[in-house]
Amino acid sequence: MALIENTPAAIDAVERRSLFERIPAAYWLVGFVLLVMPTFASPFVLFQIFGWTFILGIIALSLMFLGGYGGMVSLAQMTFAGSAGYMLAIFGPSAITDISMNWPWYIAIPLALALAVLFGTLTGWLAVRTAGIYTIMITLAIAAAFFYFTRQNYTIFNGFSGFNGVLPPKLFGVDWRGSTAFYYLTLFWATLCYFAVLYLSRSPFGLALQGVRDNQRRMSALGYNANAHRVAAYAFAALLAGIGGILLTWQSAQISPGTAGIGPAIDILVIAVIGGLRHPVGAFIGAFIYVILKTFALDALVAVGLSGERFQLLIGLGFLVIVFWSPDGILGLWAKWRDSRGKDPLRDRGGDTP
Amino acid sequence: MNAPAKVSDRLSATGTANALELRNVSKYFGALAALEDINITVRPGERRAVLGSNGAGKTTLFNCVTGDFLATTGNIRFFGEDISEFPPHERIRRGLRRTYQISLLFTGLSVRDNIYLSCVGVSRRRFSFLRPRRDDALMAAADNLVDVVHLTDDRDTLVSNLSYGQQRQLEIAMALAGAPRFILFDEPAAGLSPTERRELVDILNGLPGHMGYIIIEHDMDVALRVAESVTMMHNGRIFKEGKPAEIEEDPEVQALYLGGDDG
Repeated sequence: MALIENTPAAIDAVERRSLFERIPAAYWLVGFVLLVMPTFASPFVLFQIFGWTFILGIIALSLMFLGGYGGMVSLAQMTFAGSAGYMLAIFGPSAITDISMNWPWYIAIPLALALAVLFGTLTGWLAVRTAGIYTIMITLAIAAAFFYFTRQNYTIFNGFSGFNGVLPPKLFGVDWRGSTAFYYLTLFWATLCYFAVLYLSRSPFGLALQGVRDNQRRMSALGYNANAHRVAAYAFAALLAGIGGILLTWQSAQISPGTAGIGPAIDILVIAVIGGLRHPVGAFIGAFIYVILKTFALDALVAVGLSGERFQLLIGLGFLVIVFWSPDGILGLWAKWRDSRGKDPLRDRGGDTP
Repeated sequence: MNAPAKVSDRLSATGTANALELRNVSKYFGALAALEDINITVRPGERRAVLGSNGAGKTTLFNCVTGDFLATTGNIRFFGEDISEFPPHERIRRGLRRTYQISLLFTGLSVRDNIYLSCVGVSRRRFSFLRPRRDDALMAAADNLVDVVHLTDDRDTLVSNLSYGQQRQLEIAMALAGAPRFILFDEPAAGLSPTERRELVDILNGLPGHMGYIIIEHDMDVALRVAESVTMMHNGRIFKEGKPAEIEEDPEVQALYLGGDDG
């Protein structure tokens, strides 16, 4: 019996089956609901709520990757996203025909992503020489510089008004800004980025990055160039942010300095922290909460008879409450709840249980 | 210089040069001299013990050799190559390894993952985005090292659940990853029970003959059973060098070891 079970084919069969079984039920459920969403959700929900959630989730995921696995908090992720959006508008089509080159999508998109990665790599190269608050300061400075540069430069970035009419290509005859098509487009990229990060976290590169986070000196003594790993992490995170930035530009059909300003840069940090940095799913949970608050806070305030202009207050309060109760964000709350539910109250009482 | 010439230089260096050569190495922390004018020569395959009281500069010596600190003056040659200015990871990639006095392990990972990480560190797969396949050669090497340090039964145990002695054994396995040429053991026997010490001596004596090492050890019994030569350090200087038996019988050494810190 043991001999039969140990043949490679038998082991293969066991592993293949367990791979199928190992995917938790929650994944099947969430996957199913997300796939059939367009059958019952309104265009507003698809395009504005979920489309936006997936996009901000991807950008926050790039920060989760840097912060959660690499221990580096960067405020420049929105800047990388914005730079990809700008490059897309410059190389691809837009309403500003004086500047936009109107190159086809299969050149403009890869070029935009490559330049965002280059930008991220250079930023990482600067930032990895520092740690903690100094990394935040350097990346904040880069975010601020990008914002003011794009606002004041008219020859390339078209200054204050930026670019409008930046539309996705009509690939396969589909209007990708239609609510259902855009929903599936963003869902596809969010899913791809999510599983890429999850997969990468257990690859040699991901393990080494977590090793550098936990003990840089030890990793050097194992032959790893800690700074090179950090810079590579910035490059990968910039690729994620770039994908998010292109989708964001298509969603609003425009890109302007405000898209990648200091406010949005901080919003990405807020999203990542609300969701929790311990798992990639946190970025999307955070983004969903942020989008819901941002969309409905105004209505909620008006409904209870307050001035709608104070909706930022409600967002701030929501952020405060979550961080106050769980510094690890929603994922931290979830872990706490699961731990407390798993405890057997009888056994917890100590030695006097029968 | 082009690449092939460099490789042959290095190969010939391996044949003729000393494994480790320190010339006039000093390390100052401000005005404090942690190491002063250290000269050590270790032949390939030689096993050397470094003895000395606390604060003699033994661990600082290791830190200078591995590049954790840069030496203030002097130069360090590893198999003929001057590594004095190299960052730590470059020295490690040339076949130098070390263990730490206080275990520095990745406590959230399993025993095998810790060793796997050490194997990957000196391979070309450091930046690989692909997860290891089941027949991955580095994974097989990691499994093999698990056996070498007698941790077979705890292969998948999280490091935080290992006993202290097992963590010390894991430290050794991580130093053995990727075919090292020379290893620095920083007090591997500290805090071990007599049984664990015997196991440690077995592991060290079971290493392949070409693998030289320096071991820092307070326990004379362990040091004498695993080393063929001894260097005594005191106050950042080399105080005596010789065969274990000579050192043991040296009256100055006895005075130093038994009579406190006035020697």
